[in-house]
Amino acid sequence: MTFSPDLEARFARLLESYPPGRRRSALIPMLMYAQDEVGAVTGEVVEEVARRCGVTPLQVDEVVSYYSMLHRQPQGKYHVQVCTNISCLLRGGDKLYEQASRKLGIGHKETTADGRFSLEEVECIGACSWAPAIQVNYDFHHDMTPEKLDKLLASLEKIQ
Amino acid sequence: MPYNDPSPLEVRILTRRFGLPDSASLDTYLAHDGFQGFERALKLKPEEIIEEVKLSHLRGRGGAGFPAGLKWSFVPRSSPKPKYIVANADESEPGTCKDRLLMEYDPHQLLEGMLIAALAVDAHAGYIYIRGEYRYLIEILDRAIEEARARGYLGRNILGSGFDFEVYTHTGAGAYECGEESALLESLEGKRGVPRIRPPFPAVAGAFGCPTVLNNVETFCAVPYILREGGAAFAALGTPKNGGTRLFCLSGHVNRPGVYELPMGFNLLRMIHEVGGGVWKGKKLKAVIPGGSSCPVLKAGECDLPMDYDSLARAGSMLGSGGVVVMDEDTCMVKVALRIMRFYAHESCGWCIPCREGTMWLRKLLQRFHDGGGTRADIGLIGDVAKSMLGRTFCPLGDAAAMPTISFVEKFREEFEAHLDGRPCPCERAGEAVAV
Ligand SMILES: Cc1cc2nc3c(=O)[nH]c(=O)nc-3n(C[C@H](O)[C@H](O)[C@H](O)COP(=O)(O)O)c2cc1C
Ligand code: FES
Repeated sequence: MTFSPDLEARFARLLESYPPGRRRSALIPMLMYAQDEVGAVTGEVVEEVARRCGVTPLQVDEVVSYYSMLHRQPQGKYHVQVCTNISCLLRGGDKLYEQASRKLGIGHKETTADGRFSLEEVECIGACSWAPAIQVNYDFHHDMTPEKLDKLLASLEKIQ
Repeated sequence: MPYNDPSPLEVRILTRRFGLPDSASLDTYLAHDGFQGFERALKLKPEEIIEEVKLSHLRGRGGAGFPAGLKWSFVPRSSPKPKYIVANADESEPGTCKDRLLMEYDPHQLLEGMLIAALAVDAHAGYIYIRGEYRYLIEILDRAIEEARARGYLGRNILGSGFDFEVYTHTGAGAYECGEESALLESLEGKRGVPRIRPPFPAVAGAFGCPTVLNNVETFCAVPYILREGGAAFAALGTPKNGGTRLFCLSGHVNRPGVYELPMGFNLLRMIHEVGGGVWKGKKLKAVIPGGSSCPVLKAGECDLPMDYDSLARAGSMLGSGGVVVMDEDTCMVKVALRIMRFYAHESCGWCIPCREGTMWLRKLLQRFHDGGGTRADIGLIGDVAKSMLGRTFCPLGDAAAMPTISFVEKFREEFEAHLDGRPCPCERAGEAVAV
């Protein structure tokens, strides 16, 4: 399996970051970066990353099942993550989650039929002082309101 | 502060470069005292560096408040094994959002802090373990590392001193438990984030089985100032045995939530009213979680106290990670306790039974309660289950789940009683006037 030249360069740097004989340390970063490019941790990705890190595919599977950001199925083009943990809850994060679910017509960890959106109710994302907060893919959206959420979803809808 | 307006009451030591043009660049850092702490450290013996940190009364900003200098002194400098520096940038304790700013707006300060620690314990490699959601920070930090290397502040023979030190970023992939130091080290080695038995502590057997200094990002970020201005100057900013300033993450029902750098010992009520502009909508204060979701809750009447480790411990809570969550009079405490337990049940790594089962049963009990199906006996049961977890779990996640729960049922028992007899949440039925 081959990745883009940029990702290959990143993997090469990654493997040099750890002490000799510690290739396995690159496992989780490699899975994260590969997932970003491929869209999911597919069987092929597991095999490839296992080979590069010198572990068995089973050892990779064990890791994939532990971490909440690693997923086997592709998510929507826009993965909408609404925080409903305490600081966000106190400022309406749960209502925003319901609103997003209604607008998109999907529930927790579901993807729209056209593959554009997926939704997840997430734990604290480190934006508590600017709550309620949402992450779309890796982008943060602070101080959200129902109006801002509507606008955000509409603008994502429009992007080709 | 970049995401919220600063407060005139702040004492800006760690955040003083925030808001400067291009504050993340090495040029800005150097123009504002950057790497002067390291240059001073170069003139000291390793024991003298550690002594300076001890004098500063800098205590770990990750949650437990362990004295940083003392922790560094446990590293066996003469060990033939390589030593490592690890910065904990997992920042996942609900209510906490400060390390993110330190890395975004002043990455070189973190690098210098790690470099000084490396000099003190003779380490030549360091890792910044960053939660997966903070991907954009990896780009910022990698750029800072590259820039520092290109100008001789990292890499081989730093500033001609003969000392070598490399720093690498390492992404997590979504797991609160990986903020716990030993689970973090497992994750750094490419495994599931399951905690290790201790002792040995990381100072003796940490990353790759080698002696390791593991500190929170904010802890490292305080070190350049301490070496530049002296430990005594840092200590003098705070209260006895609680040196310096810290970044408080004010959130919840206040008019001006935000991250504010305040001296240790700053009064909590003043923080809410003068820094945070008071409770929103003209409402009364009901309760405060003073240091992230793991800390026992304080009732409004308990909040007139200095925010330092020892004062909070005396009040039966903790200073924790700096996440100050403010709740107004309409907040349903059963709902808050439930939301917190849903978090811990989701994040328990499942390795040890008291934590895995305890958090799950507490979540179920609290959910039933909130839905109106609780019984009077359940109130006692919630407290009993939580107490039976205390001190019996492999890592402190079990305690972190149990402690706030115990405080919610003990301090707000009348609210639990109000949910009895098959009634749904009385706060929610009150309709529009209710925040939660
Ligand atoms: C469940 C759990 C989660 C933790 N999460 C974090 C975290 O996200 N960031 C952090 O710095 N420390 C966290 N800690 C504390 C670390 O285990 C460790 O004590 C700390 O990073 C040491 O640094 P310090 O002495 O500078 O605070 C956590 C602890 C536990 C038990
Ligand atoms: S609680 Fe929502 S970002 Fe922290």
